[in-house]
Parts: sequence; structure tokens; C-alpha cells
Amino acid sequence: MAKRILLAAVAILLVIAAAYAAFFIAPEESTMHLIQRIFYFHVGSAWAGMDAFFVCFVANLLYVWKRQPRYDWLAVSAAEVGLVLTTVVLVTGPIWAHPVWGIWWTWDARLTSTFVLWLLYVSYLLLRTLVEEQDRRALLSSLFGIFAFLDVPLVFGAIRWWRTQHPSPVILGGEGSGLEPTMKKVLFFSVFAMHVLAAFLIVERYILEKMKNEVDVLQREAEAE
Amino acid sequence: MKNLDSVFAAYLIGWGVFFVFYLTIAKRTSDLRAEIDRLKSSLPRPK
Repeated sequence: MAKRILLAAVAILLVIAAAYAAFFIAPEESTMHLIQRIFYFHVGSAWAGMDAFFVCFVANLLYVWKRQPRYDWLAVSAAEVGLVLTTVVLVTGPIWAHPVWGIWWTWDARLTSTFVLWLLYVSYLLLRTLVEEQDRRALLSSLFGIFAFLDVPLVFGAIRWWRTQHPSPVILGGEGSGLEPTMKKVLFFSVFAMHVLAAFLIVERYILEKMKNEVDVLQREAEAE
Repeated sequence: MKNLDSVFAAYLIGWGVFFVFYLTIAKRTSDLRAEIDRLKSSLPRPK
């Protein structure tokens, strides 16, 4: 319990510090000015969301291989947290886009693949509510989760492989890409803060899933009495 | 300070989404803890 409280405190402090750095330490971008400061929160959430989906993908593979329920608990926890982070990405993106592009949304490759990713993980969670039997639910959702993750490389590559309305990559973007050094530090700090927040939420959600399993076991025992 | 309202909206909505998500986890955990206690008390204690 003490470790969970400590992790919560660290996550909250880091997220506050990341916002402070985004507003007061990062220099103002010369063309977009203030609105560009959404970038640190938006990219941090996106990066942590993709990594949460990667955790879900690995846990799905491990479940299919070893059939241990703890991998299913981890997968659903990471999927839910990834979905929440992607929701933040899909909300903060249009708030930034409207003053910069003059439109809230466009169906370019990056935005569309991100929206499809969001829909895939909503489907993953819906699928779990439709199958009653525990082992069958875990296996079916693991297989679907492995399939859903195939969209993550598409989201990553969309701004590298195709011309998009979405800005070009500033990290791993090849020649001509990059960020001003202070902006880069603030971005990496924001990414780190969002990862700690994601880790905290996954741990909390995992404990919930473990307790659900405990309730199932106790209910079966009570029925057998 | 052009677009200050948009920047605040983005951060506040984002934090709000995380906060509401955490509240739902805390509520579900608390309900399950109560259910576990109820089930444990309804089962005969092992001798």
C-alpha cells in the first residue's frame, strides 16, 4: 500500500512539474506561440499510450503462450490505460489544430489511424463484456489484442511514410527534423511523467482485476457450499 | 496571450479524463473489497 501511495505521489508531482516546464521553461515557438505548449502534453500522452498498448500486446502474447490469468489481467489493465491516454490525445490534438489549421479534424493518415486504434481498443474492451466464460474470454480478447496492436506501427509510420496534415516527426524523423534543445528536454520530461502516470494507473487497474478474480473464486466456493 | 483558453482547456480536459478514470478504478476497487469481505464472512471458516 505504501508503495502505491508513493507511486501516486511521484506521478502527480511529475505531471505537475511537466506542465510547469511546458508553460514556463520551454521557449515560445516562433510561429504558433502559446498554443504550441499543448504539444508536450499531447505527445507525452501519445507516447505513453502507445507503450501501454505495447504492454497489452506482450501480455496478450504471453497469455496465448502460457495461459496464466495474470497476463490477461495485465493486458486488460494496460489496454484500458492506453485507451484513456489515446482519448486525451484525440481531445488535445483538435484543440491544438483548430487555431493552427483552422479546422478541428481531417481524415489524414495519422489522425485516421489513431482514431482506428482507439476504436480497436474500445472493441477489445467490449469483446470482453460479451464472453462470459473466463478462459474463453481471455483467449479471444488476447487474439483480438494481438490483431489490434498491428495498428500501432501504422500510427507511428503514418507521418513518416505518407504526406499528412499532421506535423512531421520531431523525434526519429530523419534528416531535417528535430527540436530546439530546451524544448527537447521538456518533451522528454513530459514523456517520462506520462509514463510514470501510466504505470501508476496500470498498477491500480491490475489490482482491481486481481480482486475481480478473487470475487469469482469466492463466489464459486460459496455456491459449492 | 492569444489561445490561452485553448491551452488551459487542453490541459484541464486531459487531467480531468485521468482523474475521472482514477476515480472509477477507486470506486470499483472499494466495491470489490466490500464484496470480498461479505463473501469471506459468509463462508465457513476453515478449522
